Amino acid sequence: MAELVIRDLHVSVEGDEGAREILRGVNLTIRSGEIHAIMGPNGSGKSTLAYSIAGHPRYVITSGTVTLDGADVLAMSVDERARAGLFLAMQYPVEVPGVTVSNFLRTAATAIRGEAPKLRTWMSEMKESMETLQVDQSFASRNVNEGFSGGERKRHEILQMELLKPKIAVLDETDSGLDIDALKVVAAGVNRVHDKEDTGLLLITHTTRLLKQIPAQFVHVFGDGVIVTSGGPELAEQIDAEGYEAFAAVPAAGE
Amino acid sequence: MAVVQEEREIAISVPVNKSEVVSSFRADDFAVPTGREEDWRFTPMRRVKSLLNPLPDSSGAKVAITAPDGVNVEWVESGDSRLGQVLTPVDRVSALAWEHVEQALVVTVPKGSTFDESILVEIDGSAASYSKIRIIAEADSSATVVIDHTGTGEHASNVEVSVGDRSRLVLTSVQDWDRSAVHLGRIHTQLGRDATLQQVVATFGGDTVRLVSTVGYDGPGGSADLFGAYFADAGQHLEHRLFADHDAPHCRSNVVYKGALQGEHAHTVWIGDVLIRAKAVGTDTYEINRNLVLTDGARADSVPNLEIETGEITGAGHASTTGRFDDEQLFYLQSRGISADIARRLVVSGFFADVIDQIPTESIRTRLWAAVEDEINLVGAEQSQ
Ligand SMILES: Nc1ncnc2c1ncn2[C@@H]1O[C@H](COP(=O)(O)OP(=O)(O)OP(=O)(O)O)[C@@H](O)[C@H]1O
Ligand SMILES: [Mg+2]
Repeated sequence: MAELVIRDLHVSVEGDEGAREILRGVNLTIRSGEIHAIMGPNGSGKSTLAYSIAGHPRYVITSGTVTLDGADVLAMSVDERARAGLFLAMQYPVEVPGVTVSNFLRTAATAIRGEAPKLRTWMSEMKESMETLQVDQSFASRNVNEGFSGGERKRHEILQMELLKPKIAVLDETDSGLDIDALKVVAAGVNRVHDKEDTGLLLITHTTRLLKQIPAQFVHVFGDGVIVTSGGPELAEQIDAEGYEAFAAVPAAGE
Repeated sequence: MAVVQEEREIAISVPVNKSEVVSSFRADDFAVPTGREEDWRFTPMRRVKSLLNPLPDSSGAKVAITAPDGVNVEWVESGDSRLGQVLTPVDRVSALAWEHVEQALVVTVPKGSTFDESILVEIDGSAASYSKIRIIAEADSSATVVIDHTGTGEHASNVEVSVGDRSRLVLTSVQDWDRSAVHLGRIHTQLGRDATLQQVVATFGGDTVRLVSTVGYDGPGGSADLFGAYFADAGQHLEHRLFADHDAPHCRSNVVYKGALQGEHAHTVWIGDVLIRAKAVGTDTYEINRNLVLTDGARADSVPNLEIETGEITGAGHASTTGRFDDEQLFYLQSRGISADIARRLVVSGFFADVIDQIPTESIRTRLWAAVEDEINLVGAEQSQ
């Protein structure tokens, strides 16, 4: 049973006009098996939250805590966080020229599992995941994300999640850029990992499209760097129907 | 005995076209370069100074050769008739080395013979030196040659290569000099009808290395793959100049050079010239140079240049990219559990793989991978300080 606890998280970025505070006190707890969704307008700080959990050096934590099963996540390097069981499926996955998908995945799996997976079982493991996510086998020999379409990149992110088996995964707009069929494939992949590994999930999304396929129990509305309100799946329906304006005036949770 | 081709006697126009470059066996036909000349403008002239005039003593290198039985190896006087058949120096340093070298090494792969085992020429410098190597792959032969440069000192070299009709030659030149060495070299390969050259140039060591590698074609069907890998650290200047002179129809050239740079004032230069002359119909050529900049303060110059004098070609293209191993890539790899050290290793070795793995000689391949590994450890150590 894993538990990621975010307490009163304040985060700034260094911009041209000095530091700017983007997260202004986020509180959130995600446990194994739980599915949370964060919805919120563009620029409200959703990706900033995701990157801050993962440890992107551009985001400066000014106060607050993040712990995974009591361990101080903020004190860990980026790779230590991943090895501790955190995963971020990125909104904009990065191209890494010169590194093939197969080499990348095996290196990552070796790092996360603490030993190199046996070649035979690894090959079949990878093949199976690629098949269910409908990622063509030829991707194994292509360079990471290089020339991948938007949808292919997202599938590749979930492929990594499946192979790396994190305790808690943050999926930043994994649904955007996917066509209807691809969304089904990706959602099925996410559900499969969730069911098998009891992964705790934080889905960042703009639409209920994804939530129809991955049933989130908890929905949080994000606005201007804080969680404005939290509820059940019905909250997502309400946002779909009314937009975010109805939530804009609500003071930050906990105040 | 100045050999100046006809068109070269015409007043030189500016900019200088590749077809108008002066060539001569006499050093005095070339002025001492100052660094303002087009072909010397990137080179740190101060650091190569001692090679711009005749060396008082040019015996500062040991040359050793290991060849399988059946390959003919001879040391000859510099007036031997087999020398200067296909190579004419195009700059003063090459001409000086040509004139003043005491003996030349002639390696002949006899007609119709095939050798799997590599022919290994080891040049180990300790002081200033010249070398001249003549490789003759006779018709219908197949062989692999490695020229391996190590040690220190200043070195000027000429490597003159003929690949006979329907022959195949794999030629690797490794510049694994000590950090203080200076090497100015020329390699020219002339390809016969349906002849194939695969050349790999790997430059990791030295203070200043400048190699001019040229290819010409005697008949149709000639095919040249020119691969290169270089890795420049702080203060190193590594320069590679290529010229594929398509003067016969239906020939092919493919140039792939990859370089990594790290540290203050690491400087690399890649010049890729391709000339497709009017009679070279059906030419197929492609050249690419990729550079990977690992730290601030390093500089990669890359100049592809394609001159086409006929419309009837099969293909002609060039590309040049200089990318940084940046924080976003590092973050992405780290976010998958991969440590910064391993991430860097993954990126750099992935970058070089398609060039280094072309080298058929296993011992050289292994050594180059070890050299890459050393370089990565160097930057890793710097960045974790
Ligand atoms: N590196 C940065 N430098 C300057 N400003 C930044 C940086 N990163 C994020 N911001 C700003 O922080 C705010 C929040 O950005 P963030 O990417 O977290 O939003 P988001 O909620 O994920 O938006 P979207 O729905 O468009 O993905 C935006 O105003 C953005 O411009
Ligand atoms: Mg975002």
